[in-house]
Amino acid sequence: MNGPQDLGGQMGFGPILPEANEPVFHAGWEKRAFGVTLAASATGAWNIDEGRHARESLHPADYYSSSYYEIWLKGLESLLERHGFVSADELKAGRMLSKGAVPKRVLKAADVAAGLARGGPCDRPVAAPARFKPGDRVRTRNFHPKEHTRLPRYARGRSGTIEAVRGGFVFPDSNAHGRGENPQWLYTVVFDGREIWGEGSDPTLTVSIDAWESYLEPA
Amino acid sequence: MSHDHDHDHDNQLDPMTARVRALETILVQKGLIDPAAVDAIIETYESKVGPRNGAKVVAKAWSDPEYAEWLKRDATAAIASLGFTGRQGEHMQAVFNTEDTHNLVVCTLCSCYPWPVLGLPPVWYKSPAYRSRAVIDPRSVLEEFGVRLPPETRIRVWDSTAELRYLVVPLRPRGSDGLDESQLAELVTRDCMIGTGLPLEPVSP
Repeated sequence: MNGPQDLGGQMGFGPILPEANEPVFHAGWEKRAFGVTLAASATGAWNIDEGRHARESLHPADYYSSSYYEIWLKGLESLLERHGFVSADELKAGRMLSKGAVPKRVLKAADVAAGLARGGPCDRPVAAPARFKPGDRVRTRNFHPKEHTRLPRYARGRSGTIEAVRGGFVFPDSNAHGRGENPQWLYTVVFDGREIWGEGSDPTLTVSIDAWESYLEPA
Repeated sequence: MSHDHDHDHDNQLDPMTARVRALETILVQKGLIDPAAVDAIIETYESKVGPRNGAKVVAKAWSDPEYAEWLKRDATAAIASLGFTGRQGEHMQAVFNTEDTHNLVVCTLCSCYPWPVLGLPPVWYKSPAYRSRAVIDPRSVLEEFGVRLPPETRIRVWDSTAELRYLVVPLRPRGSDGLDESQLAELVTRDCMIGTGLPLEPVSP
């Protein structure tokens, strides 16, 4: 979706502000928000793509005025409500009012290390052969779905070159909406800076994205 | 085990502390999460996983050409051989700087980042300022980090739009010939593995 998350090429956000001391977390609540989000996602009720979509679905004014872990927390609250685990009344009351949906599983402390080390690989076999090969010229489709996609706006309707075929990967555009993993071939596509940004672009610049096959057409 | 609830005895919690506390309370009451598991997750990323992992990968690539080749060909396996695997590093790609090309990594759509080798991302990596500008004007981004590249150096930006996570392997610094892997790792900064920095120069004895 053309949401507030799709930031590539936007202007006006000011200088980048590296910190001198760089704490991993900047407040006690940030680390709880981080840990609770990962622990809750381990229930398996939603996948990473649905999680990303929950965050990008925040109102743009809310997204841009929220800190990073605020965005995480607001996304988590909406996922928990959507899946029947927590109600809006409970979030307001700050305590359980009724039991709610039962999770498939609950992450125990003893399983954290192994679970994090395992992660969630999302490569999958694809039955059909890859449509493109390295060196092929392709054009990204120009679409503006209201649902989740991982094709950024700046890279739509642009010509580039396939650099690598990365294998089959879960397709986020369907997986985010409970319509299955539908794995597709994934390609690294390289664009000349001028193809994307036009006149005035740094002549040495190339930008690449990792694009699913259905994002691409032969150029 | 500490839950690090900073304001346990305050009557007035700041709004975010109150909001997170309320949610965690509800989830624990419902048996959806185990607070000890939350502690273990936080502990992992606060004190166990960080950029020194990535520095070991880069130092090994600098000193062992066979490892460098493996890293180029199959970064996931080469990095896993050093024990660094898992969440947000399931599918790794190493990108090598050359004399004429500098690599820079960003995620314009969220904040994808290779946790097993670099830990959790810094605030600036997640900020709209970095995510918006890294793809359109990376040279000015680099200058804000104090990196001034010759104008003819090509800049290659990698936008992490899928589940591949990128590790930049910078050029081995001049004058580092006699150093062993652990000494080389000391020259590898977190930023040079994202592309917003360059490795440290070896100190002359």
